[in-house]
Amino acid sequence: MESPSRNWWRSGAPWISLHGTAVAACILLAGGLLALIMVRGLAFFWPTQVQEIIYLEPDGVESRIVGQIHGVEHVDSGRLADEGSDAGTVIERVLVKTGNRDIAGQDFRLLRGDRILRQSAPLSLVALERLEWGVFFGQVVGLRSYGSLLPSSDVWADFQSMIGRARYLREEARELERGPIADINYRLEQLRLEERERELDGDPDPVAAAAAASERRALQERYRGLESQLLAIEEQLNRDHVIVRISRDASNDREMPLRSIIDAWRPNDMSLLSRFGHFFRKFGSFITDEPREANTEGGIYPALFGTVLMVLLMTVFVAPLGVVAGVYLTEYARQGLLTRFVRISVNNLAGVPSIVYGVFGLGFFVYTVGGGIDRLFYEEALPSPTFGTGGLLWASLTLALLTLPVVIVTTEEGLARIPRSLREASLALGATRWETLWRTVLPMASPAIMTGLILSIARAAGEVAPLMLVGVVKLAPSVPLDGNFPYLHLERKFMHLGFHIYDVGFQSPNIEAARPLVYATAFLLVAVIVLLNLAAIHVRNNLRERFRGVEV
Amino acid sequence: MVAGAGPGGVFVGRQRRLKSRNITVTFAPYHADMEAASPENAASGEARSVRIARLRARRDRLATRLIGLGGLTVIVAIVLIFFYLAYIVAPLFQPARATLRAEAPAPGDANQPPLFLSIEEQLEVVVRITADGLIRFSRLADGVPVEAAGNSQWSPGGLLLVEEAIEHNGLLAAAAEDGRVYLVRHDYEARYDGGVANRTIVPRIGFPYGQSPVMEIGDSEVAELALSESGNSLALAALDRAGMLHAWTGDRIENLLSGDVSLSGNVRRAGPFNGVTALALSGDHRALYLGYDDGRVQRLKLPNLEPAGEVGGQAAPVTAMTMLLGGISLLVGDAEGGITQMFPVPDAGGENMLRPIRRFSAGTAAIERIAVEPRRKGFAALDADQNLTLYHSTSERQLLHRSVAGLAPRSLSFSPRADALLMEGEDGALHLFSLDNDHPEVSFSSLWKKVWYENYDEPAHVWQSSAATRDFEPKFSLTPLLFGTVKAALYAMLFAIPLALMGAAYTACFMAPRLRRWVKPGIEVMAALPTVILGFLAGLWFAPFIERHLAGLFALLVVVPAGMLGFAWAWHRYGGRFAARIPAGFEPLVQIPALAVCVLLAFAVAEPMQYVFFGQDLSSWLTQVAGIEYDQRNALVVGCAMGFAIVPTIFTIAEDAMSGVPASLSNGSLALGATPWQTLLLVVLPTASPGIFSALMIGFGRAVGETMIVLMATGNTPIMDWNVFEGMRTLAANIAVEMPESEVHSTHYRILFLAALVLFVFTFAVNTVADVVRQSLRQRYGAL
Repeated sequence: MESPSRNWWRSGAPWISLHGTAVAACILLAGGLLALIMVRGLAFFWPTQVQEIIYLEPDGVESRIVGQIHGVEHVDSGRLADEGSDAGTVIERVLVKTGNRDIAGQDFRLLRGDRILRQSAPLSLVALERLEWGVFFGQVVGLRSYGSLLPSSDVWADFQSMIGRARYLREEARELERGPIADINYRLEQLRLEERERELDGDPDPVAAAAAASERRALQERYRGLESQLLAIEEQLNRDHVIVRISRDASNDREMPLRSIIDAWRPNDMSLLSRFGHFFRKFGSFITDEPREANTEGGIYPALFGTVLMVLLMTVFVAPLGVVAGVYLTEYARQGLLTRFVRISVNNLAGVPSIVYGVFGLGFFVYTVGGGIDRLFYEEALPSPTFGTGGLLWASLTLALLTLPVVIVTTEEGLARIPRSLREASLALGATRWETLWRTVLPMASPAIMTGLILSIARAAGEVAPLMLVGVVKLAPSVPLDGNFPYLHLERKFMHLGFHIYDVGFQSPNIEAARPLVYATAFLLVAVIVLLNLAAIHVRNNLRERFRGVEV
Repeated sequence: MVAGAGPGGVFVGRQRRLKSRNITVTFAPYHADMEAASPENAASGEARSVRIARLRARRDRLATRLIGLGGLTVIVAIVLIFFYLAYIVAPLFQPARATLRAEAPAPGDANQPPLFLSIEEQLEVVVRITADGLIRFSRLADGVPVEAAGNSQWSPGGLLLVEEAIEHNGLLAAAAEDGRVYLVRHDYEARYDGGVANRTIVPRIGFPYGQSPVMEIGDSEVAELALSESGNSLALAALDRAGMLHAWTGDRIENLLSGDVSLSGNVRRAGPFNGVTALALSGDHRALYLGYDDGRVQRLKLPNLEPAGEVGGQAAPVTAMTMLLGGISLLVGDAEGGITQMFPVPDAGGENMLRPIRRFSAGTAAIERIAVEPRRKGFAALDADQNLTLYHSTSERQLLHRSVAGLAPRSLSFSPRADALLMEGEDGALHLFSLDNDHPEVSFSSLWKKVWYENYDEPAHVWQSSAATRDFEPKFSLTPLLFGTVKAALYAMLFAIPLALMGAAYTACFMAPRLRRWVKPGIEVMAALPTVILGFLAGLWFAPFIERHLAGLFALLVVVPAGMLGFAWAWHRYGGRFAARIPAGFEPLVQIPALAVCVLLAFAVAEPMQYVFFGQDLSSWLTQVAGIEYDQRNALVVGCAMGFAIVPTIFTIAEDAMSGVPASLSNGSLALGATPWQTLLLVVLPTASPGIFSALMIGFGRAVGETMIVLMATGNTPIMDWNVFEGMRTLAANIAVEMPESEVHSTHYRILFLAALVLFVFTFAVNTVADVVRQSLRQRYGAL
């Protein structure tokens, strides 16, 4: 009976099985990590139920707490020094998001599980997403318009339509600010810079000065017109108020201006379908909205936009440069000791830490090149730097440099794999070297080149450390692409998803409240990277299909 | 293409385009085509084909040139990184240079030696005080006297000594022949009359402590003076010819309404002290230092002038003494050409005792004068042989050593920015030397070795690059950062090596090819996971989780291997028909649920167990009972997160190496009767060991340079401790934290570049070694 297991033991099979466990662990870790990010990230958009909890406070008073349960943890009571209990017993603690930061001063409360007396989810509870002070939980009891109470049979429906109206007005005001008013400001700044340039040139051109003055007057005139429009909208926005109830009776009722309310929903009174509707709506606004409240609320549109634009720009730089260098090394350079050395060096540069590239980008691109450009071409704006500070251009150049070795190496590998006979056939048919390269070799190597680009894009999209030195900011006033000439503003600072995660997760004043948003952002970043990868893999496979006939 | 080709124009156009494409690819058919189409135009066709051939040749040459140029440019750009980093770092290690910038006649009587000589910040106006008691300003460029604002004709009469406050804030103590000591301040104002280019410097004479004398010595003459002013508190000490000490300490009180100034303080006297040759006051007004002609330095406590220890043993008499910037360190110059830096260090009983810290020496001639930099911990010394030497205290560097014998200087002072040295020669001429001395703080020893910093009990490795105060001593030791880097990388390797290598071995040798096609790219996708996400999860999710479930984590180390072995045995023994249905090489898929169960079991068991054994949870027990520091964000968290990040790197390369082992080798081994396990251990592993080695090297290189994970998952405190429950600061994270705030081309900026260069060279070297090893492996396989 003992011999089979002894044999099994002796054969080393258990060790092999443990090696298999390592693979299983890798898969489990990677899968668990992705699942964690996905679940926590997507939970951010889900309309969680709002609970009404009757809680026995430490001083013996019963209180009513309204909020969403964010998590349950088991803690050694020895850790809770303030609770005065002995170490060695485990206590259940419930983290409740109570919202109402303007009233309670905090977003979250940690409740001891054994002190929760009752818990229910009344249908009438409302969650309000607001422009400031975070989310609100409570009840809507009435509406006030022009200062007088609205007699309403269906307060909720009227409330919804009022929110719609406020949203429309806010949108209108925003369009006014982002569109014509921003243009006027931009133009005024241009005028100031032109004036300064004339001053620096020592060229007191009275005609130009007069033209500038009259244009400025016209702009200011237009600005006043727009300003009055804006004021009218503001006045309209101030029309409605909602009366909300915080405690059980009317004693603590408050009035809230509707202008500050973005969205309202009754999380306890929603069907599964409307929950999904809410989920997708929230996801949509997360992607398209600007951040609010020091990035801890609202959307991440500028960061998403900045990431994609920066990566695209980087690809524009890295693709031709990397391919040309790879082609040069395999097809044109003399294959001597020097080329071998260069090849090894390029290969090893791929392993150099990204922060080193960031340091180089800051010193060389920003201070040396950018500072030089400023002194030569943007003297009128000095001492405030134009290119002499981190910006989109320098960030994408730095990342291009960082990913260049990857593209060069894969291009080389792709070219080296193409059989000599094909090149010789092309040359024998009378094609020049360039024609051979352009019409035969490069198309066949294109899957490999695409692979290199994929790898570089995937790496660049997730890279944060070098960007922190060369142009990423926590809050950019405007995206680098707009309607003002030259449309793409390479010198502007930009926001980035990866840096957003770092900044909101570690530098924000209210980390607990911002955490779900960080998970959502992380999910989005992973999604962007996976999507970029998948798209590129698709392209590669297509190309491979096309050249299947000639490949060996 | 032809089908449904719309209007003729489009069709024709397409055809032509296709044709022209043919021309360039294959020349011959086109040529034949042309001739066939129009035989009568053969001559013009010939000419055309020649023209086209020439065009193609030109295009080919152009492409060759462009590609050559482009390729070389890219390669040069890459090489540039290294040289640019080195170019920024290089000035750190250059010695100082002094060049004569201006010479001018001194204001006032050239025959009288100056009691005080100094130059203002813009290097335009010189101030000089001589024994006649007048304060004279002149322009350096042409020696023209400059009228001072305020009471410019003030004079206390004949002067014996003038001493500047050790804070270099312009306050002077002037001892008159009648034994009275006055306080007067010189400062400067830049006036712009008509544009930025038109700057004039206007000196001022002020009396922040009133015009009446602060202290009166009595009958004897003042021999030595010392002055210190910090905030509103003032200390003034004088030694008279009879050896009596007079020390005034007190505060300046300004009436906020009237602006009147009054002094509250008093004079204490003690003595006689015989043989005192030098006097100095500490910046905190708690100590007075006396240098003796027998080489002793004595410390007296202020305000009572009680002796509080002394440093002896130096045979050479003290010839000059002054305080370094900050008023903590005392510089003692002796008759044998040495300068000793001393500062108080607590002894065994906690009492502050003066202690010699380091000695600088450039010759054997007696030190005559020591001048201290007003904004850094550097100083210059003149000796009796008229050699000028420039030092920096922290870095222990001798930056400059040159003879100024031709000048015969009788004074020495730094400009406020320490960018120039002013000396007055015996002949009464002023000589201003420009100093090119931007980075004296850095030396090999200050970067890597232990340094005894001011206010420290012992020499230490410290990284502290900035502080709020102006007289701060920067501590630029890269050692704690390097230590942190290695610590983080090693813990990461500890996590990654078993997972990655075992996984790679299984994938290469035992996994079914069908599964391998999915697993390998899957693990490679892990590499594309942004490290910022890993860092954020490590810092915000994993670190608090570990703090609560530390026991569970340790239980994993036991439960998982044991549980999985048990599972394997049960599978082998009782799996029966179900096990037989799983094809060979698919075991990991079955193991995933078992592994998940083991993990859950480990945590479930460990939670109650820790209360049984420790009475509380493990991390509280560690801090409260075992006395081990526990930071929430510690090396354990970093090790796991960064280990996870480098698993794909090691896995991929090691797997390539192992699957590249020729099948004939392992088949031969199996055919000779070795078990698969023996084949792996004794055939595959040794053959692939260079590849595995290079995988580990590259993984280590990646861990060394990883920034975001360390930045987010540790507290970033630059401590040196192997404790796995404490954090660290790595070179890369340090750059990310400090670079944005560092001033361009400052010492700090260049040191951060040095850190980047160290990272660059290290990872480059590691990767090169790994690459060479891998190349040799490839050659060995080629031979097999």
